Amino acid sequence: MDHVDWQRLKTGEVNLGTSIMAVQFNDGVVIGADSRTTTGSYIANRVTDKLTHIHDRVYCCRSGSAADTQAVADVVHYTLQMYSQTAGQPPSVHTAASVFQKLCYENKDALSAGIIVAGWDKEVGPSVYNIPLGGGLFRQPWAIGGSGSTYVYGYCDATYKEGWGRDETVNFVKNTLALAMSRDGSSGGVIRMCVITEDGVERLFVPGNELPKFWEGHEVLRAPVGMKKVAGETGIVPMAVEA
Amino acid sequence: MTVSSVFSPPGFNFSNEVRNNFMTEKGLPLPKATSTGTTIVGCLFKDGIVLGADTRATEGPIIADKNCEKIHYITESIRCCGAGTAADTEFTTALISSNMELHGLSTGRKPRVVTAMTMLKQMLFRYQGHVGAALVLGGVDSTGPHLFTIHPHGSTDKLPYVTMGSGSLAAMAVFESGWQPNMEREDALKLVKAAISAGIFNDLGSGSNIDACIITEHHTEMLRNVEMPNERVQKERRYGFRRGTTAWKTENVRNLIVKEEMTFVGGDAMDTT
Repeated sequence: MDHVDWQRLKTGEVNLGTSIMAVQFNDGVVIGADSRTTTGSYIANRVTDKLTHIHDRVYCCRSGSAADTQAVADVVHYTLQMYSQTAGQPPSVHTAASVFQKLCYENKDALSAGIIVAGWDKEVGPSVYNIPLGGGLFRQPWAIGGSGSTYVYGYCDATYKEGWGRDETVNFVKNTLALAMSRDGSSGGVIRMCVITEDGVERLFVPGNELPKFWEGHEVLRAPVGMKKVAGETGIVPMAVEA
Repeated sequence: MTVSSVFSPPGFNFSNEVRNNFMTEKGLPLPKATSTGTTIVGCLFKDGIVLGADTRATEGPIIADKNCEKIHYITESIRCCGAGTAADTEFTTALISSNMELHGLSTGRKPRVVTAMTMLKQMLFRYQGHVGAALVLGGVDSTGPHLFTIHPHGSTDKLPYVTMGSGSLAAMAVFESGWQPNMEREDALKLVKAAISAGIFNDLGSGSNIDACIITEHHTEMLRNVEMPNERVQKERRYGFRRGTTAWKTENVRNLIVKEEMTFVGGDAMDTT
């Protein structure tokens, strides 16, 4: 199961009811997330950064409990700092993902964390790993996660193609997240993205009022064909109300 | 016949769990801890951080303390507002304050705000939300001003203006409409006062006075009871009974000082010279 079991969250726990995504392309990976953090029905943070730095070329997208995912990410961050000092080289993305998986699997009863690990390494180039709730580890060309992801699996299946460049991938992530955020009440705010390549990490930001727009519907009460217009140019007529 | 054993096995004894669950079921829940149904806020301004808090502490529907202190000392230039279980906020901030002092001594540097934040979040995460401390942590260090919220389960957020506690919605409404980047000290204090006032007057869990704390790079100013909008005024009438309201038939005045004669029997009296 790839969706977060919200029932497991303790009452009052801070939640990343989220839309997150990572996609690999020729030269690197693009990761993205919405920015909403909720406690019940209250938005505790509307500009959250769910794209968390793990190492120079490894980032993760966090979904589930904010406390759990932050704690896990902090431990992995620490572990990989120790690793890179002792090994004398940066860790591969697979190494990072394996550390995440170990923590998520061994503590599966205590954690609600759905994490996507993505980055670039010199062994295999760009890669994306999905670690869903039970602590599995799956390498995927693209991965989506969080409560909003369920709305856009079809869009991703229909749209994704191999061999994209950077800009096409960024647009794919941006559009997918905008669609997820528009349907999922627990997702929203702004879109944050990172492009991770051999050369470095570039951060991208899409404000909430500049999200890509899709079909948003006509006025529900549009005048039927041949009916006299009342409200001028708009074609909106008042709804008939019983006396 | 078996004799009841006086041997108790090692480890925890959970027998009271069953009793407590039974009593809760029968409508006798465990006593509640004093909770600071609270409004606490923090906001970034040009030269630092302003923290604010109300001063009401509640035990269910009762106001337990009308003028408590919710802005806790961490270090000279780092302070922490606490909401949630009063005892938990008090002891967690005191513990982290102590550890920050030791950390400063062992490193020979002024400890940073992120250090306090990390200590707090790791402690709260370890207790899985059972330590009910919801905190607003703010301060200025060598890397500049920082402001965090820390939730009871151990998650943290870093924002330019934050609110917590039951009055957080009222206070956030004020911040969302009034906060601007690079505000002047006086404007920031004014905004914090307005945010706390919104909590005091619109949230039942918050009330009484306003405490504020202005932290800048070289100076920390604790403004205890910077505003007291709920002072008790002189009663317009006295409701005591007039002297002689109750009639009496007899009067008996007794001396409350009791006299006692002591006689030493046998032996010498103790030499007290």
